[in-house]
Amino acid sequence: MKAIIWQGTNHVGVETVPDPTLLLPTDAIVRVTSTAICGSDLHLLDGYIPSMERGDILGHEFMGEVVEVGPGVKKVRVGERVIMPFNLACGVCDPCQRGMFSACDNSNPNHRMAEALYGATSASGLFGYSHLFGGYAGGQAQFVRVPFADVSCFAIESDLRDDQVLFLTDIFPTGYQAAENCAIIPGRDVVAVFGAGPVGQFALRSAQMLGAAEVIVVDRVPERLRLAEAAGARTINYEETDVLVALREATGGRGPDHVIDAVGLEAHGHGPGALLDTAEQKLRLSFDRITALRWAILSCAKGGTVSMPGVYGGLVDKLPLGAAFNKGLTLKMGQTHTHRYVRPLLKRIQEGQIDPSFVITHRAPLSKGPELYKTFREKHDGCIKVVLDPWA
Amino acid sequence: MPTAERAMFGVTGIFLLTVGLRSGSPFHKLAVGALGAGLAALALSGRSPVATALKIRQNEDGEILVSDAVTIGKSADELYAIWRKLENLPSLMKHLERVEVLDERRSRWTVKAPLGYSGGEVSWEAELTADEPGQRIAWQSLRGAQIENSGEVLFHAAPGDRGTEVVVRLTYRPPGGSAGALIARIAGQEPSQQLRDDLMRFKREQELGYHPTTEGQSSGRVSKGGKA
Repeated sequence: MKAIIWQGTNHVGVETVPDPTLLLPTDAIVRVTSTAICGSDLHLLDGYIPSMERGDILGHEFMGEVVEVGPGVKKVRVGERVIMPFNLACGVCDPCQRGMFSACDNSNPNHRMAEALYGATSASGLFGYSHLFGGYAGGQAQFVRVPFADVSCFAIESDLRDDQVLFLTDIFPTGYQAAENCAIIPGRDVVAVFGAGPVGQFALRSAQMLGAAEVIVVDRVPERLRLAEAAGARTINYEETDVLVALREATGGRGPDHVIDAVGLEAHGHGPGALLDTAEQKLRLSFDRITALRWAILSCAKGGTVSMPGVYGGLVDKLPLGAAFNKGLTLKMGQTHTHRYVRPLLKRIQEGQIDPSFVITHRAPLSKGPELYKTFREKHDGCIKVVLDPWA
Repeated sequence: MPTAERAMFGVTGIFLLTVGLRSGSPFHKLAVGALGAGLAALALSGRSPVATALKIRQNEDGEILVSDAVTIGKSADELYAIWRKLENLPSLMKHLERVEVLDERRSRWTVKAPLGYSGGEVSWEAELTADEPGQRIAWQSLRGAQIENSGEVLFHAAPGDRGTEVVVRLTYRPPGGSAGALIARIAGQEPSQQLRDDLMRFKREQELGYHPTTEGQSSGRVSKGGKA
């Protein structure tokens, strides 16, 4: 089959590799019909997530049709059209039982590696996202092996197009959980979203669904800000104005009640902190550039929430913890408990509350994937979200 | 620290202390003298600085300590029953090759020969020192064992209906003392990591009935299946 392969930092390519096979009785094989490139895939391309190996199959936002199931699979049937959350969960351990699927105890075979970096207990497994997170082959491919099939596969029975349900795998639930973590008081709370990429766009729309009085979106890319405005957000271009002053002004001097950092570890931005982060990252002294997070903490109103769907990988420096402490902020973060959100958000799509395909700017065959990784990274050609067809 | 290692630290320490104090240079007097005094103090305390730096834990007698814990969604009685069948231990602790039960209290344990031993295997006799159903099992090697060791496994209910907390504590005297433990670590025989892996494997076996894996999956690396 054809698959997008990580060939080293800054190098991805389409290669012909063996078709996946069932490795455990609880596995299924899915023929992928649509697969997307995620902003977090760019952290892999750029080499900021450790433990990638040449030859790894990328991709964690994909859907398709079940073509084979192992003898231990009870619910999933061959021929079903399914979407799979990007994270893997066993469904039986204590965190899974409590709905904390991204904290699954059992899905990461490389728990040793994750514990060495993150302490205590291991991070859960993820599709196509480095060996630290299990080394599972991803779904930017014609076929994919789906472990824990009965927990991973969600059947889509409606006639909704792939485009409309594909993002239930990651970015829609991720944006939604980020907004939910803010515990927005409807009609009262103002929410700021840093980063108008795909997750920021879904966070904005989710905050609106949850009743935010106003949403303010901060970015520097004009077409992304326009897409946010189209949804009714107020926008701030941080390259044209002092973002902290602008946010204060926009909120009567209080600051936004909640701030969502939908940027993560490769923030751009300016100021002495940003310069230091870039230098440290180049020297491999720290992995993460945290300008967006600094701005989020500094701008947030007293008693507010800083919610972080943006990915962080390692150590950070010059985090304004004093500001967070003295303003009594709540910090919420982590990988999305995607499984929890698939059905409720599918219902919202079916009811017409949102059509997630609004975020797609580029559709192409899988073979164009490597090129589009770069287009997406450079934000060229108005690129916001890429969806690939593995069979075109 | 074993006696030989301790003596070496002590002799070196006293030598350096003497050299330092006799030196004409005040810098040497201070630096070399302090180093010597430090080594001598370590010899007196019986703890190896190398081991301490590498977080190899030791008790007062210089035995290596390894312990870890895991919470498993099963009852203490079920988990105890599995450990109590000592023949099961090699499937729970990967460094064990075989355990043969000799009688009520005694058993013969066999491991692959660790570094510092000739031959393929090392074995010893051990006896149960505690057996409290559903709570605790403890064992100790008998006199004359080539690798003196002891261990215990504890089972107690985790708070809030989360199953059972399983705690395993092992002590052993590695061949060559803490230096031997260091060499073993460099050679990739890392008992604390081994125990962690053992406990995670046990948890997954009990909770899932299998081990999650990616072994044999498709990738862009050359694999057994070759390229499609």
